[in-house]
Amino acid sequence: MLIFEKSRTGRRATAQAPLQLADMEGIPAQFRRRQSAAMPEVSEMQVVRHYTQLSQKNFSIDTHFYPLGSCTMKYNPRASNTLASLPGFLARHPLAPETHSQGFMGCMYELQEMLKAATGMFAVSLSPAAGAQGEFAGVAMIRAYHDARGDDVRNEILAPDAAHGTNPASAVMCGYKVREIPTGANGDIDVEALKGVLGPQTAGIMLTNPSTVGVFERRIKEIAGLVHEAGGLLYYDGANLNAILGKVRPGDMGFDVIHMNLHKTFSTPHGGGGPGAGPVGVSERLEPYLPVPMVAQDGEDYVWLTEDNRSESIGRLSAFAGNAGVLLRAYIYARMLGRDGMHRVAEFSTLNANYLLKRLTDAGFDAAYPERRASHEFILTLKRQARELGVNTMDFAKRLLDFGVHAPTTYFPLLVPECLLIEPTETEAQDELDRFVDIMTTILQEAQNDPEKVKSAPHGLPVRRLDDVRAARDLDLAWKKDR
Amino acid sequence: MPFIPHTETDIQAMLATIGAPDIEALFDEIPPALRCGELEKIPQGMSEMEVGRLMNARARQDGQPLCFIGAGAYDHHIPAAVWQLASRGEFYTAYTPYQAEASQGTLQLLYEFQSMMTALTVMDVSNTSLYDGASALAEAVLMAVRANRKSKSKRILIPRSLHPAYRRVVHSIVRNQGIELVELPFDMESGQTDSLVLEQYAGEDFAALVIPQCNFFGVLESVDELTDWAHANRMLAIAVANPVALAVLQAPGEWGEQGADICCGEGQPLGAPLASGGPYFGFLTCAQKLVRQMPGRIIGRTLDLDGKTGYTLTLQAREQHIRRSKATSNICTNQGLMVTAATIHMSLLGAEGLERVAAACHANTSKLVKVLSALPGVGPVFKGAVFHERVLRLPLETKDALRSLAAHNVLGGFDLSADYPELGNAVLVCATEMRSDEDIEQYRSKLERVINARIQTPCKLKPDW
Repeated sequence: MLIFEKSRTGRRATAQAPLQLADMEGIPAQFRRRQSAAMPEVSEMQVVRHYTQLSQKNFSIDTHFYPLGSCTMKYNPRASNTLASLPGFLARHPLAPETHSQGFMGCMYELQEMLKAATGMFAVSLSPAAGAQGEFAGVAMIRAYHDARGDDVRNEILAPDAAHGTNPASAVMCGYKVREIPTGANGDIDVEALKGVLGPQTAGIMLTNPSTVGVFERRIKEIAGLVHEAGGLLYYDGANLNAILGKVRPGDMGFDVIHMNLHKTFSTPHGGGGPGAGPVGVSERLEPYLPVPMVAQDGEDYVWLTEDNRSESIGRLSAFAGNAGVLLRAYIYARMLGRDGMHRVAEFSTLNANYLLKRLTDAGFDAAYPERRASHEFILTLKRQARELGVNTMDFAKRLLDFGVHAPTTYFPLLVPECLLIEPTETEAQDELDRFVDIMTTILQEAQNDPEKVKSAPHGLPVRRLDDVRAARDLDLAWKKDR
Repeated sequence: MPFIPHTETDIQAMLATIGAPDIEALFDEIPPALRCGELEKIPQGMSEMEVGRLMNARARQDGQPLCFIGAGAYDHHIPAAVWQLASRGEFYTAYTPYQAEASQGTLQLLYEFQSMMTALTVMDVSNTSLYDGASALAEAVLMAVRANRKSKSKRILIPRSLHPAYRRVVHSIVRNQGIELVELPFDMESGQTDSLVLEQYAGEDFAALVIPQCNFFGVLESVDELTDWAHANRMLAIAVANPVALAVLQAPGEWGEQGADICCGEGQPLGAPLASGGPYFGFLTCAQKLVRQMPGRIIGRTLDLDGKTGYTLTLQAREQHIRRSKATSNICTNQGLMVTAATIHMSLLGAEGLERVAAACHANTSKLVKVLSALPGVGPVFKGAVFHERVLRLPLETKDALRSLAAHNVLGGFDLSADYPELGNAVLVCATEMRSDEDIEQYRSKLERVINARIQTPCKLKPDW
């Protein structure tokens, strides 16, 4: 039942608004609203009960194992939320003067410095609001760099066929054409194909490493050399940074610009689809173009750097300073981990992934890249099960929900048929991984003995499979009073 | 090891299963020459107690001054229930609802959000948020250029009276696609977009006209005329609105003869704390005919196999994870948790509650303006009617006045002199429903002191503080 359907004319949560309707005579009639908005009229307790009950219809990290590949669904420490929500932080107006901002700015400056150290980049700007905005900023900086050199024939960005969809979409938003590079059978980029397409039109290449197929791109140094030789720059999509934190740094691999998804690697909450934070880091030659604002140190004080003192910046991407509250949560997490905690992130996420991969292949599942080490995630292909049993990846995914496990990422990357991209993260214990293997084994047996049970899953959730075609054809996007 | 549950026994058993001698062996595909050593520049880890001590000190350091700044971020009462509910782990630690059956809570909530935003703006459809108001406007501009079938133009008319940061953000985001922003001046007397100047552009080819209500100066624009003018000249009308103001101001869907085509704005006034500027959320609503040009997630109501009502992500063929380089936008993660808070916030306030909040803000700012205008040399710059912000002229340099006020722990408003030098010593002030009569008197008495100090020592370059 929708909150609108619980509404009664004249009912209100009286405590939540001013007691009287103040005078509005300063607003002439021509500007005034003609009819009140059709909003729910409900009591405070109704609201609390309604949204508490809705929350209980969600899977979440706090309630379920959530091995959603490429999303790094690890434990979000409560301290990050509590401390970022201290009254002094919540009350600070984004345009408060620097005299009343030193505490907050200190955190931001130190976060910039820690991210530089963790990634091996020359400078960092925290302002992008999410990974995709970080990608946009990164490609815009690549373009600004070429433009500043008068090199305006470079109109093409390269990206692997397995890249996240945001990569080509971000490149297009910066005015570039996108050319895809094939992935070889071993999971590495096809370097010969890359050589064939590099040229004076190449502005840059966007790579994820470990790649979206869950393995480390072993020839990265050679790729960096080839791209740089052609006059292009290298962009690092930080979606998989969790796999290598404290082990190998994008700056050392030869990348010129990177974004980091703090809602993945630095454990800020995913919030049902955001907010995230997508800081960008750059090598020295791209430093002038970083998006503003940034925080600098001037003697004892922290000061803002804006359009006024960074004239070559690609500019501002949000009205204020990006998702500051998310940045604070990441800062708190980073301080709790410290330098030793950071490399343990990579170690234990990798240990968990390799353990889970081994146990699942022992249980009869096929790895997409059996000869390779898993990074912090890996791909299973259910091609054989789909062919032999008629039970596909989506069926497995939906049946997992019945066992109280959120499904891994399905059908991505597109080049592996019937794939599941599984990322357990470092915060899961061995017993939870073993339980997942047991469940997968059970579903495999069901697929053999009672395939219909799997194909019609889920059975025990608030709804069964939904009619997506109907949703897109008979669009119903908002409740209307007269329905 | 913070947040890592492995015991030594677990580790050994797991390595034995994998067949690796130690954890280090799991990194054997990374070329040794690339490996980094210790991250020496990163400090040692801290316990929760230690980091708590640090953060409490930092939060206290910023002093919680008395705030009369608005300028795109507004200090409103947020019901206690809003963040207690939004911080529930089931909302806080879920992700994008790709698995609809396991995400009906978030999905239904987002559908309710879409319903509330369409009701508030009187538009047909809403997405489930963009990053913030400024980037939402950038997306609205891109959308208008794609969607305007009557015009091939990549030029957009943007009033100078629109928030300066919004104009900068739109420029940063759309410039690489060859889109040009043409600035419309404002009338120095009323503070409204200058209708005479507008006429100069009649008949020219533009994709859209941006119409803020209210504008950055708090001044109400003649939105009916502007919307009709845009349509008469084959442009789309893009409304930029404050959602709290919409509780009392004419809804964009009813502007002029046909209503605005796209409406966007900053969602922060609906339940998001000031919090240094984010996370907030941008909202975007539009006419039905433009729905396939919308960026971002959209939720649809549908039926399951048993004919039971359910909610799911829909029209995904617009999005980057399906369409890649041909998507309407690169946006993936949006501001879901802020939207969760906003939906709960709107449910608690309802239309009448929001109306009362809006009216209280208007009345408080009127009171502030009246009280301050009694001081020598202080008074409103523009004649136009305002919602909950107003531009005041000061008898001394704005920067100096604000600095002196800040030394008294009063943030006296937004300094307009850098963005609008033509206004002289001007400050944009705002008093939301959160400011009491005592707060307003506090501002008045401190400003009086600052002005008097200046009049008595006119040669002094810097105020005493």
